[in-house]
Amino acid sequence: MFTVLRCVIYRDLLLASRRWADVLTALVFFVIVVSLFPLGVGPEPNLLRTIAPGVIWVAALLASMLSLTRMFAADYADGTLEQMLLSAAPLGAIVAAKIVAHWLVTGLLVVLIAPVLALQFDLHQPLLGTLTLSLLLGTPVLSMIGAIGAALTLGLRGGGALLSLLVLPLYVPVLIIGAGSVDMVAAGLGAEAHFLLLAALLVVAAAFAPWAVAAALRISAE
Amino acid sequence: MRGRRRLFGGLNFALRGGDLLRVTGANGSGKTSLLRILCGLLSPVCGRVRWHGGDIRWMREEYWRQLLYIGHAHAVKEELTALENLVVSCTLVGVNVSREQALEALSRLGLAGYEALPVKILSRGQQRRVALARLFLSEKIPLWILDEPFDALDAGAMDYVRLLIAQHLARGGAVVLTTHQEIRIENPQVQCINLDSRVT
Repeated sequence: MFTVLRCVIYRDLLLASRRWADVLTALVFFVIVVSLFPLGVGPEPNLLRTIAPGVIWVAALLASMLSLTRMFAADYADGTLEQMLLSAAPLGAIVAAKIVAHWLVTGLLVVLIAPVLALQFDLHQPLLGTLTLSLLLGTPVLSMIGAIGAALTLGLRGGGALLSLLVLPLYVPVLIIGAGSVDMVAAGLGAEAHFLLLAALLVVAAAFAPWAVAAALRISAE
Repeated sequence: MRGRRRLFGGLNFALRGGDLLRVTGANGSGKTSLLRILCGLLSPVCGRVRWHGGDIRWMREEYWRQLLYIGHAHAVKEELTALENLVVSCTLVGVNVSREQALEALSRLGLAGYEALPVKILSRGQQRRVALARLFLSEKIPLWILDEPFDALDAGAMDYVRLLIAQHLARGGAVVLTTHQEIRIENPQVQCINLDSRVT
């Protein structure tokens, strides 16, 4: 089973490296959206510091959603998805591997680049560290919830718009807790409670999302 | 049953080792749907598919381990090379192959020299050959279900695929396939289902 998992992750990363324009689109989108705010709001440091966590988190949500439609669509179109459904390995495990690959090419890049962008908002340590850590815990949850939406809307016409309507409301708790953690540190309080909540969301999503996606894929592929 | 249309009904057949089942019928008569039902990708409105006496709906992975399905969409990634495609698609269904075995399979199907090229630049027939190279590596899988295996192939490749199927039958494996072409496979146990006459 682990050979299959490794194979799926390797394959998805290889595909992403051959289609690097897609990966870059989501990342550049994130950079541009975040950079537009200081330009639009003006150079008032206190205001920028206040809106920074929210802006960066919302941009991360949108960037992660941008690549969701492609998560299963290509495999569905060329028949690879059928082979995954007929695999001897559990479908949930294959799905988990695909989610990991999706996070590596979108979420992880966002986490890495976010501290640099946060400098535009005059964020300093320890806020930078808190922001990065909250994104590190939160973005995998986004990939997992997004995968459920992507699987449910697979093969539908206009699935992209439906996907956003379906997934964005579910992103709300992650957004509130993630952006809230930075505000807590800014207010001089600890962010441990927020991190624990994010970690709890991560664990629950990791336990259930792959199976939910697997069930949705079986329905979509019929 | 697809939507409100009844495609076929009253089908009843059994396959033993060494049997070849050929499904024929006009376009839209439900050949692919029947094969997808046999794989367990689609559930029939009524009736059931059994493998060694057990309903495949409950066997799932245990059944799929003994099944090779090559569908009409041939599950080949355009961005990957022929070799990567073959290794990935075999690993995905649980058949472990080495690089050498994969290279041999590709050269048997006349793709020697094309292994390292992205499949995108190969012709449709060559892409089909990449998908069918899995047959060469799937000796141990007892049941092969092939949707239009001869589609887009030239005469030489068709002969070779026919040979692979004949060898598999001789080993005691079972094959279900759909095709529009007349195929001559040296085998006494050929069953035919024509879906055109099956609407009741």
